[in-house]
Amino acid sequence: MAFDYDKYIRPGKLPHIWCPGCGHGIVMKGLIRAIDAVGLDKKNTAIVSGIGCASRLPGYIDCCTLHTAHGRAAAFATGVKMAKPEMDVILVGGDGDGTAIGGNHFIHACRRNINMTYIIMNNKIYGMTGGQFSPATPTGAKASTTPYGNPDPAFDIAKLAIGAGATFVARGTAYHANQIDKLIAEAIQHKGFSVVEILDDCPTTYGRRNKFRSVIEMMNVLKDIAVPVKAAEKMSPEQLQGKILTGVLYKEEKPEYTTEYAKVIERAKAAK
Amino acid sequence: MAKKVAFLQGNEAAAQGALYAGCTFFAGYPITPSTEVAEVMSAELPKIGGKFIQMEDEIGAMAALIGASLTGVKALTSTSGPGLSLKQENIGYACIAEVPCVIYNVMRGGPSTGMPTGPSQSDVMCAKWGTHGDHPAILLVPASVQETYEETVRAFNLAEKYRTPVMVMPDEIVAHMRERIVFPEKGELEVVDRTAPSVPPEQYKPYDTSFGDVPPLAAFGSGYKFHVTGLNKMQDGFPTTKAEIVQAEEERQVRKVEANKADIMKWEEYLVDDADIVVVAYGSTSRSARFAVNEARKNGIKAGLFRLQTFWPFPEDRLLQISKKVKAFITPEMNLGMCHGVVKGCIEGNAPVLGIFRVDGEPINPGQIVDKMKEVK
Repeated sequence: MAFDYDKYIRPGKLPHIWCPGCGHGIVMKGLIRAIDAVGLDKKNTAIVSGIGCASRLPGYIDCCTLHTAHGRAAAFATGVKMAKPEMDVILVGGDGDGTAIGGNHFIHACRRNINMTYIIMNNKIYGMTGGQFSPATPTGAKASTTPYGNPDPAFDIAKLAIGAGATFVARGTAYHANQIDKLIAEAIQHKGFSVVEILDDCPTTYGRRNKFRSVIEMMNVLKDIAVPVKAAEKMSPEQLQGKILTGVLYKEEKPEYTTEYAKVIERAKAAK
Repeated sequence: MAKKVAFLQGNEAAAQGALYAGCTFFAGYPITPSTEVAEVMSAELPKIGGKFIQMEDEIGAMAALIGASLTGVKALTSTSGPGLSLKQENIGYACIAEVPCVIYNVMRGGPSTGMPTGPSQSDVMCAKWGTHGDHPAILLVPASVQETYEETVRAFNLAEKYRTPVMVMPDEIVAHMRERIVFPEKGELEVVDRTAPSVPPEQYKPYDTSFGDVPPLAAFGSGYKFHVTGLNKMQDGFPTTKAEIVQAEEERQVRKVEANKADIMKWEEYLVDDADIVVVAYGSTSRSARFAVNEARKNGIKAGLFRLQTFWPFPEDRLLQISKKVKAFITPEMNLGMCHGVVKGCIEGNAPVLGIFRVDGEPINPGQIVDKMKEVK
């Protein structure tokens, strides 16, 4: 039987704002399947976002949803989680929102290892404002503000998350739709700050400037460059040139922030 | 039984006042000269099961405050000038999304880094105009340690009652001086909690104006699922660009405060009834002004003090009334004329307004005010 997405979609809120060919809808469906698989209680789940195309996702989902200011999802969400640790908190957003204007909140949420899951839809561009380059835009790529090619080097978002202290980091792509829900479900179940980067596409503002003739071509790139971590172990550095690793890239058990703060409360009460 | 007394500084009193009001969440970032508030809250909140978090920056602290408040808790942050500038983005968010919270800001020299340890009163305009767009503003300006405590309690009450951010701004002198404080007993001061929804979750709309200009606010995780955004929104919380809805909602957000000015505004009139000269002052400057008024009276000058306890909304109507029977107003303040301009703007030219402005990090002393009184013809 086909999966029933309607259980999680707010009545009357579709169609969504995303362009034809955009991968955000694929990610949203993956997130919904993950929420269902883990069995999260909708009224006890907060979905928090910043600003941008990807950040419009919470509006469509029937949970407690918080569409915040540009880049601030992690900081708003930290307030929600600290005040009510029993809630499940999921963050969604794009690459520019999360790693440029929201970069500071992102790395500190990773550092605290606070029990939330952050899904970053990386389409390598600021889509909503018309295609300006982001910290994830490849060097040399064309954007509306890099008409002569992008001089900036790009972040590896997953590596950034690992370096900053996130204790679960995974990567998938919008092409590998069936893997998305599994990665997100595992991330939600991980106790600590988990990051799931989904490589996505923006045919409207990235594709057309960078000689992609169709959405299918953009999706095929995602298909071709993705190498599962297990398969990569058997490949040489030369073979891995230009590839990106997908799957669970990093996982460790470390003290979780709200649990640690509960101990602070115990110590404070004992000292009273 | 005798009441509990203590010798506290304004910042410590603010933290104690917040706890009295039922604050259980604090998010902040270290900044002089407000840090004592964070220090007290970090020690006291966990004792009562509350939460303290030191965020990565001022913007994040303001964001965490709003997130926490949406789960139903009373939330406080403390900062000072440069931090207030950074917080403006999310202060605007709290205004449009109508999320109660309290921002305690110690006014220090500015702009920019300015004089971190020097007193100032130059953030009063930032409290109203700092964030972009039309929005309500409530600003309380205490003048003593006792009043800092009590006005912090009232700030929470106003935030909860009107679903909006409320600011408390002592100048650095009030924040750091130590005075005797008498702690109110439980139940002695009013403590207001936000109105919870009376409708079942499936009927709930977070901006349902059928309940009036201040719709009930549900808490995340309490069984109510709803959407919150910084975009202009409809009654159900979802974004809209429909002209008539945006216009009505913007007007309602401002009206929440403007139509309830009488409930929010507070001021003190000292020897104003027969005064020829009225000094309009607030914060520590009002203490110099009171001294100056007493000195002037001894010398036969009929002076009075109009002490602002709320700066926003501003008591325009009362000052207009007073302006019809006085020879002059004097506005001493530690800025280059912020209150001065507002007073001039509301008295329809009925009397001259003489300013005393200091931005050198030194307080205004009573002698300066008495000297200015002598200039009045």
